[in-house]
Amino acid sequence: MSEAITKTGGLRVTGRSRGSRQVNTLPLLLPAVALLLLWSVLPLLRTLFYSFEHYNLMSPPAVLNGGLNYRYLFTDVSTWVAIENSVILVVGVLFASIVFGTLIALLLNNDFPGRNVARLMAIAPFFVMSPVAALIWKNLLLDPVSGLFGWLMMLVGLRPIAWFSTDPMTAVIIIYSWRWIPFATLILLTALQSLDTDQLEAARMDGAHGFARLRYIVLPHLGRPIAIVIMLESIFLLSAFAVIYTTTNGGPGDATTTLTYLIFIKALNDFSIGSASAAGVFAIVLANILAFFLIRAVSKNLQR
Amino acid sequence: MKPSISSRVIFGVLAWIAALVMFFPILWMLITAFKTEGQAIAIPPLLIFPPTFESFLAATNNAGYILFAINSVVVSIGSTVLAIAIAFPAAYALAFFPGKRTEFTLMWMLSTKMLPAVGVLMPIYLGLKEAGLLDTRIGLVGIDTLMNLPIVVWMLYSFFKEIPGEILEAARVDGIGPRKQMVHLLLPLSGPGIASTALLSVILSWNEAFWSINVTASRAGTLAAYIARFSAPEGLFWAKLSAASVLAVAPILVFGSLTQRRLVRGLTFGAVK
Repeated sequence: MSEAITKTGGLRVTGRSRGSRQVNTLPLLLPAVALLLLWSVLPLLRTLFYSFEHYNLMSPPAVLNGGLNYRYLFTDVSTWVAIENSVILVVGVLFASIVFGTLIALLLNNDFPGRNVARLMAIAPFFVMSPVAALIWKNLLLDPVSGLFGWLMMLVGLRPIAWFSTDPMTAVIIIYSWRWIPFATLILLTALQSLDTDQLEAARMDGAHGFARLRYIVLPHLGRPIAIVIMLESIFLLSAFAVIYTTTNGGPGDATTTLTYLIFIKALNDFSIGSASAAGVFAIVLANILAFFLIRAVSKNLQR
Repeated sequence: MKPSISSRVIFGVLAWIAALVMFFPILWMLITAFKTEGQAIAIPPLLIFPPTFESFLAATNNAGYILFAINSVVVSIGSTVLAIAIAFPAAYALAFFPGKRTEFTLMWMLSTKMLPAVGVLMPIYLGLKEAGLLDTRIGLVGIDTLMNLPIVVWMLYSFFKEIPGEILEAARVDGIGPRKQMVHLLLPLSGPGIASTALLSVILSWNEAFWSINVTASRAGTLAAYIARFSAPEGLFWAKLSAASVLAVAPILVFGSLTQRRLVRGLTFGAVK
């Protein structure tokens, strides 16, 4: 389509159109490009610069200290604990999102009474802001004394679990999963709706059973969207912040301190800008490795 | 060979169970919002009780809450209007005048979204501080605009791509300049696309919590920051908190439900349609 434009345009006003095109698009693109450059490159350079400084807001001035921040970062046990916590959180939520997201999307893709309402209900948690999601679960559902789940456990003769002191990471994973399963459901449901129904019909005529149709037609069709969900959710979850801030503050101890949360503590609790920035650079490198794969997937789509 | 009636009933029931399980926490919050504080922490939990608006009144009859609600509205609408105003011409240029660098530009914009916010927390925080923009609506509008700009460009771009280029081409041949093309042709032609893009941007800004918590305090905070800080007195005021939360998520639940399918495009950068 775009080629058609340039071709017909070229026929009518050859030469001039080419020139004017180049002159014209720059001012259109400039505001967006300039602002995004400012937003992405400048702070990045400053973070990189700070990361080589000993700089604490409480005890200025800043002095260059070579790679000392990085050496402390990688020899500090809490860094590795934080990385482990990040990995557990990301993997846990991803596992739940893919398994339950796919199952729910497949169920909701069937024809049944009230399907549209059921879809809205299943996807609704994605639109609930993280602090609210965190507090619904922390207070109303998981609280060992007055929470609904504690009461349900007592009903069946079990002792209520004080989630946020005995198993805080599981609680955090549950809350994030509740928000991100619907995201997977939404993406996969949309992908399912673009599945060619003729193909399914043909397979049905040829006698392929429900399971065979699912295994050989539906699931392969979901491969790419699932990969996209995995990448988008990993990038988001590596930066997960608000639920931890609202429920556990990274604790007890460092039980729920992820890499993101560790950087936040270093930066705005300890005001040690140098070491926060070194950890920030490390987080950026990690995110970029993930982003590389996502961008490759999206770019393939652009070329189609 | 049609699937048997019984299996259809079973799958329908399972689908409803799944939907109800996912929705239950929201429903429970809604129920709690209509209780008194005493009823909210009662064990066994009360299912049947005379509903009261007491908690809604108490939650909203609070200067802080009103201010933060206004901030949420101003910041999400302000950043959306700005982002669309900046992204619209850019998406127009990218969609209708593709050049050698178009794909690179789109990919580079996408890559700025991958930058973990916490990695640039310090420079942004200090930059706002130096500029006197810490805890101001303008500062937060700026952050949200830039945060959503790549998504807005991408989403508009994907909607513009569906408009036949011949229409704009005809206008161009008649000597109509880009400004008029955008205002008189593209704007009306892509109305629904712009609306869904705006909706996604509003949803993302409204729910944004990281920056709101970190660069605002008592003056420019949004509802997300208000509720995150409300949590401090442990286990107190559940009914009031639920009422405040219901009001904070209700508009976004409605907006989200209106356009869920179109949102996918923006959320996945056009990779899933």
